[in-house]
Amino acid sequence: MNLKPATLSQIDEVITHYPTKRSATLPLLHLIQEEVGFISNEAIEWVAAKLGLQPINVYEVVTFYPMFRQKPIGRRHIKVCRTLSCALLGGYKTCATFEQEFHTHAGEVSPDGEVTVEFVECLASCGTAPVVMIDDELHEKVDAAKAKQLSDQIKAEAQARK
Amino acid sequence: MIAPAKPELVTVNIDGKEISVPKGTNVIEAARLGGIDIPHYCYHPKLTVVGNCRMCLIEMGMPAVDPATKAPVMDPATGKQKINWIPRPQIGCATNASAGLHIRTQTPQVKDCREGVMEFLLINHPLDCPICDQAGECKLQEQSTGYGRGYSRFIEQKNVKPKRTLLGPRVMLDDERCILCSRCIRFSQEIAKDDVLGFIDRGSYSTLTCYPGKKLENNYSLNTVDICPVGALTSTDFRFKMRVWFLKQTNSIDTESSVGANTVVWSREGVIYRITPRRNDDVNDTWMADSGRELYKAVAAEDRLTAVKLNGAASTLELALAAAADLFKSNAGGIAVVGSGRSSVEEQFLTKKLATALKAPAYLVSRVGQGDKILVSADRNPNVRGALVTGLIVSLPSSQLSALAAAIDAGTVKTVVSVGEDLAAAGLTAGQLAKVSVIYLGTHANATSAAARVVLPTLTVFEKNGTFVNQQFRVQKFLKAVPAPAGATDDLVVLAKLAAAASGTAVASEIGALWSAIAAAVPALGTMTFANLPETGLLLDATPWAALPFAEGETLHYKPSSAKATEGRPA
Amino acid sequence: MPAPAQRRIIFQHIDEPGYTNDLACYVKHGGYEIMKKAFQRPPAELVDEVKKSGLRGRGGAGFPCGVKWGLLDKKSGKPIYLVVNADESEPGTFKDRYIMHQDPHQLIEGIMITCFANNVKQAYIYIRGEFPHGARILEKAIAEARAANFCGPNVLGSSYGCEIYVHRGAGAYICGEETGLIESLEGKRPYPRIKPPYFPAVLGLYQCPTIVNNVETLCHVKHIAAMGGAEFAKIGTPNNTGTRILCVSGHVQKPGYYEFEVGKITMGELLNDVCGGPLPGRKFKAVIPGGSSAKVLKFGERFKGKRKVGAEMVDYDWAVEDVPMDFDCLGMIGTMGGSGGVIVMDDSVNMVEALANINAFYAHESCGQCTPCREGSLWMKKISSRMVHGAARPEDGQLLKSVADQIAGRTICAFGEACAWPTQSYVAKFGDEFKGYADAKKTAKPGGVTDLI
Repeated sequence: MNLKPATLSQIDEVITHYPTKRSATLPLLHLIQEEVGFISNEAIEWVAAKLGLQPINVYEVVTFYPMFRQKPIGRRHIKVCRTLSCALLGGYKTCATFEQEFHTHAGEVSPDGEVTVEFVECLASCGTAPVVMIDDELHEKVDAAKAKQLSDQIKAEAQARK
Repeated sequence: MIAPAKPELVTVNIDGKEISVPKGTNVIEAARLGGIDIPHYCYHPKLTVVGNCRMCLIEMGMPAVDPATKAPVMDPATGKQKINWIPRPQIGCATNASAGLHIRTQTPQVKDCREGVMEFLLINHPLDCPICDQAGECKLQEQSTGYGRGYSRFIEQKNVKPKRTLLGPRVMLDDERCILCSRCIRFSQEIAKDDVLGFIDRGSYSTLTCYPGKKLENNYSLNTVDICPVGALTSTDFRFKMRVWFLKQTNSIDTESSVGANTVVWSREGVIYRITPRRNDDVNDTWMADSGRELYKAVAAEDRLTAVKLNGAASTLELALAAAADLFKSNAGGIAVVGSGRSSVEEQFLTKKLATALKAPAYLVSRVGQGDKILVSADRNPNVRGALVTGLIVSLPSSQLSALAAAIDAGTVKTVVSVGEDLAAAGLTAGQLAKVSVIYLGTHANATSAAARVVLPTLTVFEKNGTFVNQQFRVQKFLKAVPAPAGATDDLVVLAKLAAAASGTAVASEIGALWSAIAAAVPALGTMTFANLPETGLLLDATPWAALPFAEGETLHYKPSSAKATEGRPA
Repeated sequence: MPAPAQRRIIFQHIDEPGYTNDLACYVKHGGYEIMKKAFQRPPAELVDEVKKSGLRGRGGAGFPCGVKWGLLDKKSGKPIYLVVNADESEPGTFKDRYIMHQDPHQLIEGIMITCFANNVKQAYIYIRGEFPHGARILEKAIAEARAANFCGPNVLGSSYGCEIYVHRGAGAYICGEETGLIESLEGKRPYPRIKPPYFPAVLGLYQCPTIVNNVETLCHVKHIAAMGGAEFAKIGTPNNTGTRILCVSGHVQKPGYYEFEVGKITMGELLNDVCGGPLPGRKFKAVIPGGSSAKVLKFGERFKGKRKVGAEMVDYDWAVEDVPMDFDCLGMIGTMGGSGGVIVMDDSVNMVEALANINAFYAHESCGQCTPCREGSLWMKKISSRMVHGAARPEDGQLLKSVADQIAGRTICAFGEACAWPTQSYVAKFGDEFKGYADAKKTAKPGGVTDLI
């Protein structure tokens, strides 16, 4: 693992938060995923060695929690809430809109590598349904029209980068 | 002999029956003591309790007491103390017996719970019993007969999971059959201390796996097969060889070290198919090493001795014994006996008798390796302590027969009787072997059998009865699982005949009669008979040998009593 | 009669223009003054105030907070931990989000009073992974509070010290279950523990005595410390004291969060007067009163029985609209107040599809540890999804109910009930829709009706 010094120092600091090192498993995985983008087997083994665990202990955790991914994703991560309150107000249509806009399917990286659309369970903002998280940002009341608008923004940013 | 400590008993009520059980006994075990079976999958008496299968749900209650006065609350209808039943079913495996605990295992609610769990366990199960190796010893099959629906209400697609995954050299995994009880994971963590198994993904898609690139290959891996309640984990060695219901089970003892793990030998028509551990809570719990399970392969090995030989040519037992008797006479005073820590107590007793009659010194050969701290000890002889108890030896043996070698060189020893020991492996040179007449009793060919004047083929542990004394000084018996191969003779018969030839008086070789002689001659075994020896063995008083520097370090249920003992101490 | 006015205690500053989530703003509004006073009192007295307040947990189970604290094993000699359940994972619930994002110091003050009262020297805030900003805001707030001596070593110059750390989850509903949360915090798969023996109050985090409290609950502790338990108990209704935040989502004109005295507002007042009633041209059909796992209520059904009001038993005969929104009344009519998440469905919704949506959630979130929940939740999802996307059979409703009946009450944790109750109640109350779903499917949906599965 070739992690940035800043990440490494955050890792060492966060381990001190707990009386047993194993507790730092989730924080370490978050920090590594934030830097690298996903959790590789190499990362699993690195975390295990760092925390005095067996790789299987970390592997079990990585595969349990949906937020950890074992493969790279698109440049932007679009998470559309699937659960009841959002679905009642059009969450399925919102998701379908993003899928169409980026010619992709939920759970896959779009062909241009720009986004990964994911249909996720409750994001705990049911009062502003349907909601979408794009990377760390929450977007509220994202109906199909707003989904189109957000998609256009992402595409424009991608265009500007080229 | 040492009496076990008496546990505190409490009375619990199971299905209306009052039974006395040791306080703290797990409810599943308590019921078992009362003759009541509480079905379960994840619970294992030697692993931590996780309560995940939910098959052992039962109704539970405690006698009612007034919260303020603590006085019993009586039920006017029955005149007995009222029982406060917990409305929700409880798992038996996570409850320990306390005084007054009430359990119901036969109510409609309990039956409904069991039927529900059974149905759930089967909806995603492949139902491939006809081609499954676990058939006949599968808990799913067994419980289906009592709690199965008989038809399926499940019309959806079953989950698809990996099949035929080789977890290691000896263990095969079928994830679709796995019921996620986690016994194998707990075993690997808690007993084998080799944390390579785990569940990945979640919910009904949870999948048992070995970490990519790692293998379940520790010397205890086959215990996971034993404890897998279903056909998810199977043994690559035993797989598809034989249906278990055709197999005869014979109690035996693992001979690979002085631990003396209790085993069961599974055979059919004289052929052994597998060895599995037999529960002994004071010795090996329910475990044994993989290495010990392979030992049956020696029975039909290529190098098995099955022909009596005299001067290198085929002979008969009578002629060979007569030749041995001649050597005893002609070399009287110049004979040595090499006994064995792999011989049974009975054989060692006769070996001693032979040595005494010949006025010959008796040697033993030690085998010391690295102990694994679990169930393979540093002493790789199963019965060095038997030789001490029978008086065959008075001090611990060494791995090299240097005194014997010196005596041969000096010309004072001209005949050597070896009971299964390869003298070349024990340090005698080819030249030394050539200088003496060797009478060799043994099961497999080696340098000594090749050089021997007289070769008397004998039996493996699977073909005879006998006892060993393990590192705890526990006398444990093994029984004959398969018949002797043609041409081989029971060690006891051969030794008795040799002893008779040496002493001029008849010597008993039948194990019952032999034990009368042993009991009379060996004070430590004075009250025992072979027939009465309990299946879990009998602990002897080890005090007379407490000062000896035994090789064993700590293993399961064994702590060395002597501070001098160090693991793997070279002999 | 118009609905009673909101009484904002916890949400006093939420959405207040100019109110920021930094320490300066909090202190300007009187922040940490209550903690300073509380630290002058014997800790046992604070525990008594909470007991007297009658405060019930706001996370879902409604367990009395003071009783929970009272169960804590204080004699073990082991450290005592506080774990703040900020996992907010019950669908329909979105109250803690606003506290943590907009008023984090209120939570920290509540945490510190709780820690002081229970001799806790280490607290962890377990925040769901989907709140990355929330986690950063809390971390910043803790750093500010620590710099100002409100937490960390020598709090307020005393010999008492207590650290607070933020621990992020990673997308698992089961981490809202307190023992699952503890396992997760220990770095493991969040498999809930068997109880007995692993009651958090005795064998919790690191096998030490542990309090697990919800964010809103801990905020209430601050206000209990301020006004006293007896005074707090006067708010709301007997056994349902204080205020609580009701989160309304789904088919109403004005979804959102509203704080009321517990039991002082009825379902009808909440939905019609406060939330503006159904969407144009629609009628209410069903409502889930306490998060998606609560049993559904059907508009038009009536609830009759006797209940205790003051010292006497009185008859009640309620429509859904008449039911007071408190723990006991909702419990009496066979559902629960739960986490306060009210999800409203109007007459555009087919209940088979709504249940299929919920079943998909629970099948996805079942941890898979114990058999009934693991297998049952996915089976129910498969049945209800097949009904919508494949062939629906008239007997599927009864099959669903039978599967649910084999789960509830037989699992390691309350997830068993959480996933069984929706199915049980939907089939019981909307059985005809399940029987007739194959025919209903043939009719094209009117425009504007959304897919739910």
